[in-house]
Amino acid sequence: MIYDVEYETMPREALEAIQLRRLKATLERVCATVPFYRERMAAAGITPRDIQRLEDLRHIPFTTKQDLRDNYPFGMFAVPMDTVVRIHASSGTTGQPTVVGYTARDVNTWATLMARALVAGGATANDIIHNAYGYGLFTGGLGVHYGAEKLGASVIPVSGGNTKRQILIMRDFKPTVITATPSYTLHLAEVAEEMGVSFKELSFKFGIFGAEPWSENMRQEIERKLNITAVDIYGLSEVIGPGVAIECHEAKKGLHVFEDHFLPEIIDPATGEVLPPGETGELVFTSLTKEAFPVIRYRTRDITSLNFEPCICGRTHVRMNRVSGRSDDMLIIRGVNVFPSQIESVLMETSEVAPHYQLVVDREENLDTLTVRVEVGERLFSDEVRQLQELERKISKNIKETLGVSAKVKLVEPHTIQRSEGKAVRVIDNRKI
Amino acid sequence: MHAQQISIFLENKAGRLAEVTGILAGAGVNIRALALADTSDFGVLRLIVDDNHKAENALKQGGFTVSKTDVVAVEVDDRPGGLHHILDLLQNAGINVEYMYAFVQHSGANAVMIFRFDQPDEALKVLGADGLKVIEGHRLYTM
Repeated sequence: MIYDVEYETMPREALEAIQLRRLKATLERVCATVPFYRERMAAAGITPRDIQRLEDLRHIPFTTKQDLRDNYPFGMFAVPMDTVVRIHASSGTTGQPTVVGYTARDVNTWATLMARALVAGGATANDIIHNAYGYGLFTGGLGVHYGAEKLGASVIPVSGGNTKRQILIMRDFKPTVITATPSYTLHLAEVAEEMGVSFKELSFKFGIFGAEPWSENMRQEIERKLNITAVDIYGLSEVIGPGVAIECHEAKKGLHVFEDHFLPEIIDPATGEVLPPGETGELVFTSLTKEAFPVIRYRTRDITSLNFEPCICGRTHVRMNRVSGRSDDMLIIRGVNVFPSQIESVLMETSEVAPHYQLVVDREENLDTLTVRVEVGERLFSDEVRQLQELERKISKNIKETLGVSAKVKLVEPHTIQRSEGKAVRVIDNRKI
Repeated sequence: MHAQQISIFLENKAGRLAEVTGILAGAGVNIRALALADTSDFGVLRLIVDDNHKAENALKQGGFTVSKTDVVAVEVDDRPGGLHHILDLLQNAGINVEYMYAFVQHSGANAVMIFRFDQPDEALKVLGADGLKVIEGHRLYTM
């Protein structure tokens, strides 16, 4: 099934004509309304009129997460606040989170794209959708929710957590589609088993999973344990939220990017050069229809490649391959974005010194765990065990409060954190995904 | 009247204690008393040694985190109730013992206890007023 046949199966030439028209309009608009873009483009000596072909986009400067932070909170908004109807913020950032806004039309666009995504993942208007993405500032929960309502499905806004209650709801309400992070889904399966509820006997047929990196192996495990078809969904709040790209359940081979709304590029993260089709590099997005928060050549830091081969599902939109890594040091822990530098500033604030530290990420029983190893130098050291334990507790509490992620703090002896060419190894990711 | 103790941060893993004793042996430092306080992850090793300066330097060179803490060494009557008498005295004076441990050597007929108090100066007054004998650092290290 395809939700929006006209646009999703549009021949490439027609699609590219729409893209170019929308790109020009977006550029004109951001230059008129967002000082940041106007100044950036002026500094690069380029005007929207210089963009005559889609390829000309490469002459426009990139936008980075730091640019968004520098314009915190509303500096990148392209409309007055009285037309903004929704605000979201990126998960787990200290100091200046990334704030995004939506007009009523943006909310509607987003809902339509999520409806497309749900249908690509196997959902129909007759389904009951168990939406276990978190509701709140995070775009996951509300993004899926509005898409499900747009589609006309019945959505259960169960959000994250309270796992046992979720199992009872699954047993009694008989949802047929689940939307959640893949790791939480496997956790649900385990808790269900402990409660004597067989996931296989539940009514699920399809699952749409994302918001964190996962693998083909995890897909197989989820499909086996839940007896469903599982697809990958991609999105980020800066671009719109979930519903930027979706795998079709027919092929399950790469995620169709909704190209009539978002223009993807793959660049070399080191040089910024656009790479030829099919090559692996950093994914960059330009929004084509957003009103409140347009982004121009936004660097996602996600590493992937684009596949222009036709797909058996009939959609003509290009497919991005599974995200294989990051071009920066960001970690995604239980759906929360964590940068080592954020942990560092918490340590600075807590202990008034900058100790050597290391983040160790594991996946235990399908849930991500974060351990922060902190070297105890003279400034941190106390002769009393109680005070050292208090220090551990305080760091852990401050990490939870500022980043929204639980961490175990482990004090270690000086010089025990590996250094590579003099530089401390900040992250050890033991997750096998 | 205070004595100094050396405290070392140790991770709870095999061989760490031996690493410390090895370094001290190599530096020709004699351990006079020791106590280990630990949790499941880490511990604090407290030492009275015959040469604080040498011990501290050698351990720091060995990559350990080391600090010095003022403690009080008190002679305890070596018979039932000897320690209780001291603790009772301190409790009545509102002084808390953060931790304590026994010294290996006797001082004449008396046992020796090392105390870490929350108010060491107050403690010295209370102990002195009761006629209890406090051993000074330089004597303690070479006893």
